[in-house]
Amino acid sequence: MNKLANRHQQIIGFLLVAVALAALPWVAGLIGNSWVRILNIALLYVMLALGLNIVVGFAGLLDLGYIAFYAVGAYVYGLLASPHLTDNFETIAALFPDGLHLSIWLMIPLGALTAALFGVLLGAPTLRLRGDYLAIVTLGFGEIIRLFLNNLNAPVNITNGPQGINMIEPVQIAGVRFSRTVDLFGIEVPALHLYYYLFLALTLLIILVCMRLQNSRIGRAWTAIRDDEIAAKSMGINTRNMKLLAFALGASFGGVAGAMFSAFQGFVSPESFGLMESIIVLCMVVLGGMGHIPGVILGALLLAGFPEMLRQVVTPVQEFLFGTVLVDAEILRSLIYGLTMVLVMLYRPNGLWPQRK
Amino acid sequence: MNAPLFSASNLRKSFGGIAAVNDVSLCIQAGQVIGLIGPNGAGKTTCFNLITGLYTPDAGQLAFKGKPYKPASPHHVAEMGLARTFQNIRLFKSMTALENVAVGMHAKTSQGVLGAILRTPAQRREEIKVQKQAMHWLHYVGIGAYSNHLAGQLSYGDQRRLEIARALASEPALLALDEPAAGMNATEKLKLRELLLQIRHDGKSILLIEHDVKLVMGICDEVTVLDYGKVIAQGTPTQVQQSPAVIEAYLGGLHHAESRE
Amino acid sequence: MDIFAQQLINGLVLGSIYALVALGYTMVYGVLGLINFAHGEVVMIGAMVAFSAITLFMGVFPETPGWILFLVGVLCAVPVCMLVSFSIERLAYRPLRNAPRLAPLISAIGVSIILQTLAMIIWGRNYLIFPATLPTDPIVLYTFAPVLDNDYERIISITPVQLLIVVVSAALMFGLTYTVNKTRLGKAMRATSENPQLAGLMGINANSVIAATFVIGAALAGVAGVMVAANYSVAHFYMGFLPGLKAFTAAVLGGIGNIYGAMLGGLLLGIVESLGAGYLGQLTGGFLGSHYQDIFAFAVLILVLTLRPSGLLGERVSDRA
Repeated sequence: MNKLANRHQQIIGFLLVAVALAALPWVAGLIGNSWVRILNIALLYVMLALGLNIVVGFAGLLDLGYIAFYAVGAYVYGLLASPHLTDNFETIAALFPDGLHLSIWLMIPLGALTAALFGVLLGAPTLRLRGDYLAIVTLGFGEIIRLFLNNLNAPVNITNGPQGINMIEPVQIAGVRFSRTVDLFGIEVPALHLYYYLFLALTLLIILVCMRLQNSRIGRAWTAIRDDEIAAKSMGINTRNMKLLAFALGASFGGVAGAMFSAFQGFVSPESFGLMESIIVLCMVVLGGMGHIPGVILGALLLAGFPEMLRQVVTPVQEFLFGTVLVDAEILRSLIYGLTMVLVMLYRPNGLWPQRK
Repeated sequence: MNAPLFSASNLRKSFGGIAAVNDVSLCIQAGQVIGLIGPNGAGKTTCFNLITGLYTPDAGQLAFKGKPYKPASPHHVAEMGLARTFQNIRLFKSMTALENVAVGMHAKTSQGVLGAILRTPAQRREEIKVQKQAMHWLHYVGIGAYSNHLAGQLSYGDQRRLEIARALASEPALLALDEPAAGMNATEKLKLRELLLQIRHDGKSILLIEHDVKLVMGICDEVTVLDYGKVIAQGTPTQVQQSPAVIEAYLGGLHHAESRE
Repeated sequence: MDIFAQQLINGLVLGSIYALVALGYTMVYGVLGLINFAHGEVVMIGAMVAFSAITLFMGVFPETPGWILFLVGVLCAVPVCMLVSFSIERLAYRPLRNAPRLAPLISAIGVSIILQTLAMIIWGRNYLIFPATLPTDPIVLYTFAPVLDNDYERIISITPVQLLIVVVSAALMFGLTYTVNKTRLGKAMRATSENPQLAGLMGINANSVIAATFVIGAALAGVAGVMVAANYSVAHFYMGFLPGLKAFTAAVLGGIGNIYGAMLGGLLLGIVESLGAGYLGQLTGGFLGSHYQDIFAFAVLILVLTLRPSGLLGERVSDRA
């Protein structure tokens, strides 16, 4: 009898959450459209944090250049969904006289795959390095990627340099273009809301994949590597391949998030993919609880949402108190990230919501 | 004449000019329990590390099930059917006892990323099998009741047994145990002795590093004694106990007397 | 030939800075096994404090000769850097001595960000013009015979600041070598670096030695920061990051934990980077311009760590289980 009651409770709980999630953008939209935007960006961060969690949390590899995969996914999508390639390369223009206009179901996997490829390229020579060296090398890799994105506009214009790629087409699914407002079954749905549902769906998918990976032979192998690599090897685990797998999978999630970022923004430039971004994502994983999926989601939502809320509050408060803004929101944001990392390591090294106990 | 299950010939390994293992040869027939003893620092664990692929020998050959092997990595050794435990207990502290043993089965299972993500019927079947087998091994070594305890929370003796269960999970032909009785009291050692005999009874061979002379002499078919990296005696327990070189190494001269019992 | 020689000199100057900063990284890694991620920021703080000190001094005593101003800058910068580094060690690293390896590294990254942010708050975001303290006319070292058809003067020159950098760096490195090899503190540092527990048993207070290591490295970094700012006439809250990373690369190149390695690595990296920047365009047929020069440091890092992780002169890290 109890079991049935429990099942009922679970189903009701599940439905409540589903309704809340579905209604969220409408509620947020009442406060202001910028809040729906913030929600969407937060979801992107959740995807990134979950991807990095596979590398750092599951497999225990510190990657300080994770944002490079985000960048790769974003640029792949950007190149395929904008007129850049046809404008700059005659052969491509000849092959696609009406523009590339590839299906989103092709572009997202391409972004993911390219990112995964870069993950393998980076990981293959470096994954055997010890933890802190790996961190620095991945940091270097992230910077190299940004350097190339910033400079590959001559002699062949691939990335359009510091100006980035713009005029990226919004998402189009089943004939519905995610631009302005769309009429769905008589309801006026703003594009921002459509993006929210798409991002939510992708995020839920990523969560599902992560959970399944965690509770599997692969997940156990990763935890073994993280806990004691020598013992893991002695148990028959091919640690090199497992680490490479973690890297590639984590990278692919970053690539998916990057592609979505690209479509959402409509333009991408190297500025969005600096070291600070990598560190922010790491901060989310560390704060939430490395390896613990709910914790990581919490960390991502907190660190994505809090600075935004702060921005709304901090400026007027300072102007009220001091007559001028002493510490602007950007600086405060950075300070929060730095303090979070130090304080979490000192006082709650397992994060706000750790795995067990 | 059957080829031995395992043979090491003329193994040599030096670190910075000092020979930790110097011309060591060893042979294990199927079903035997072989002891490897010697004073601290004699090179026993180094031998283990050479045999299991953690170190590369400077010279010498290794052969398992009749075939020579030169593992590029320890995981090849495990796949071959040679499993080990560690002198300093290397359990996966953040996983439960059950999960630790499940990891031990890694070499014998095959589901990969796609299986994990898609939860195919084959993957689900394998997971059920893994859980069942892991529980079986936990019961086998006598810690079935602690299956959901974190490995780090178990008592010292239970942790040692968990390591053995984890090694058994890969269904090895040869089990290499590095000081499994270290830190155990007399009762625990008796239980360990029974476990080792049971393992041999069930068809596995054992290579045992141990300091407890009684334990070693009681269950080993043959014993190899190392000192300063060299083999100073090799034979049945009785033969070895009577060897003057062994007595000298353990009791006389430059070594401190064994402070354990 | 003139490009080569000039770039060689530039490389020597750049390399001297890298060497000074690399020493800080290598000493800390040798004794703690920790990459002091925030060390680059200490360089930046040196530059910024010197900027403020010099600007203030100039405001009060406008007639002061340049070299005194420079000295004022250094004298103010060094103690501040030492204090900052000491505090970091005490507050953000020491509590994590026994934590898993990644914890102090993450903490270090956090500290690095905090320092950058504090610098942003105190000195603002903009590039600050570092006051000219030393004469800027280059000293011509050698003039090549002019090539027919070619107008420009082919000379090899060095500015007084650059000369100062090389001389001061050499002096400091010599001083450090002397300290490490001949003084009691140096012996204590070497002992702690090799085996902290054993050193402790010999009566050496590991905490004091570690603090001293940080502080000495910070002093070198502070001087380096002032000199860099004087050389490029600019100071900026983000100026420490890239040089810090490159200096770490230099330390690894030479052999982490090895003081001589840091010096050698620093000089080598500086020379490689300068020559590379000079010739990169030619090397790649115009595909990669000189703005790719930062890539050299990263490429060197990846190559060294993949091919010869112990570095050119071998690493010297303590036996930490």
